[in-house]
Amino acid sequence: MAASPTATALRATISPKPPDRFRTLIGVVATTAPAALLLIVVVLFQQAWPSVTHFGLGFLAGSTWNPVTLQFGAWPGIFGTVATSLMALVIALPVGIAVAIVLAEQGQAGIRGAVGIAIELLAAIPSVVYGIWALYVLGPWTFQHLESPVSDRFNSVGWLSSASPRSLFTASLVLAVMILPTLTAVSRDVIRAVPRGLKENAIALGSTWWETTWRVILPSARAGIFGATILALGRALGETIAVTMVIGNNYQIPQSIFSPAYTLASVIANEFTEATGDLYPAALVELGLALILVTLSANVIALVLVRSATARAAI
Amino acid sequence: MNRNRRRQSINYTSIAIAYALTGLALIPLGLVLWFTIAKGLPAASHPEFFFNVERPVDVPGAGIAHAIVGTLILVGIASLGAIPIGVLGGIYLAEYATSRWTDWVRLACDVLVGTPSIAIGLFAYALLVAPFHHFSALSGSGALAVLMLPIIMRTTEGAVRLIPSGLRESGLALGLPRWRVSLQLILPAAAPGVITGALLSVARASGETAPLLFTAFGNPFLNTDPTQPMQSLPVTVFHNALLPYQSLQEQAWGAALVLVVMVLLINLTSRYVLRRQIRLAGQL
Repeated sequence: MAASPTATALRATISPKPPDRFRTLIGVVATTAPAALLLIVVVLFQQAWPSVTHFGLGFLAGSTWNPVTLQFGAWPGIFGTVATSLMALVIALPVGIAVAIVLAEQGQAGIRGAVGIAIELLAAIPSVVYGIWALYVLGPWTFQHLESPVSDRFNSVGWLSSASPRSLFTASLVLAVMILPTLTAVSRDVIRAVPRGLKENAIALGSTWWETTWRVILPSARAGIFGATILALGRALGETIAVTMVIGNNYQIPQSIFSPAYTLASVIANEFTEATGDLYPAALVELGLALILVTLSANVIALVLVRSATARAAI
Repeated sequence: MNRNRRRQSINYTSIAIAYALTGLALIPLGLVLWFTIAKGLPAASHPEFFFNVERPVDVPGAGIAHAIVGTLILVGIASLGAIPIGVLGGIYLAEYATSRWTDWVRLACDVLVGTPSIAIGLFAYALLVAPFHHFSALSGSGALAVLMLPIIMRTTEGAVRLIPSGLRESGLALGLPRWRVSLQLILPAAAPGVITGALLSVARASGETAPLLFTAFGNPFLNTDPTQPMQSLPVTVFHNALLPYQSLQEQAWGAALVLVVMVLLINLTSRYVLRRQIRLAGQL
């Protein structure tokens, strides 16, 4: 449609809108977040480069870690990281979803408020405090009352044998406690975002609370809860200090879940300040690079899932 | 009739299980707090614990003054960098939310929150330690600032979004430029929410160990020079807890108690401030 002559004349008399300099300025300031993220990946890549070129892909599969002969392989670290995180997830998932259901669907506002605050405090406690608690309280306790009885009875079963106070299992337990707040908070938001109508229909059809939750609300929130799980997995993979204090720091593929092991983040925390030469620090940074690439992808997938699940509530 | 009774009993059992699991989830919180207090008090009940610095093993009168001062300086410098950037970035995310770029910034913030802090430590080491050939408090603050930035940005965004658009529109209708509307009308109204975000990020940064291990490193003496290595509370807990001396382990528990009290106080304060924001936004 052609503009009318008066409109054209009018437009000519109005001076063009001045550029919004404030918008440009704070837009540039906001860009520091994506810039930092990009820079972290680039810098770690650059620092790890000597090791990347020297070992190639074999780095990920190698299982020796010997700074004296300069042989480095990441496999025991990768195994320990993935094993502790998955075990933590298995322990935390049922509990986390139960708490999320209680927070979103059950009980008086008073109970919900108190439980909500407690879960947030659980998230606020620093990692190193979980670490010292696990090292002196949780680890010895599980060793005495859980690991030893189990491994004595099932000594013939390889993966349940040889109990030790610092182990893959203790590390997984602490991790489970530490990822619980993430799991709970995100699942609660996702469950709350399930359309009210669905729940009301189920109740109108005569469903009990459990049938409504199990057959209507949880299936409808499935994708979002999956996202929350991946997000929690990302946190578990990257957790450093508490795990370092209780996992036993043994760079081998553990024979049993009660054996000491090592994780990628723990190797870096323990060895980076002592690493000399070119190849040794580069190999440590390459561990960090592997870790960050995995957590980055997990986070992006999880965030996309959670966002599409909670965006529905706005509709 | 029988079938309905079974459905009822399944229903009640499942509610009981959900509450039991919720109770189970709260046990660790109680245990961690209880043991930190019980094991930390013997060390933290001596006043000199707060005024003295490290002493050789089993020499009485050792304290963690250098770690407390160090944590305050490290987090203080990090806040000076992260809070202005985070607040301005948060205003951008909320006020210009229609632009496509903000979606990417938001995603980057959320991903950055989940980035392993040890990797951020490696990053700060490469940029701020390696070129100068020595550890420094400044590099530690740099790492902490990267951790704090996305938290501040996202909470500021949330707080600004709570402000009703009537306030913004009346400012614009009076002919105020956008920057004055954002900084002099919207920001003061959103201040409690912004402060909440800043406090939460401070609490998170105070408890971080991993990014400080090879940036601020540690220092057995009281140091206030940010270009030199500096001790911090989390690093004190980490190192002393792993040493085979009972007196040092007691100091680790004492430092852990101080750290927990500090972090939880900041957290509860932020909760109080946030409640004011919600009341304020209701009045606008």
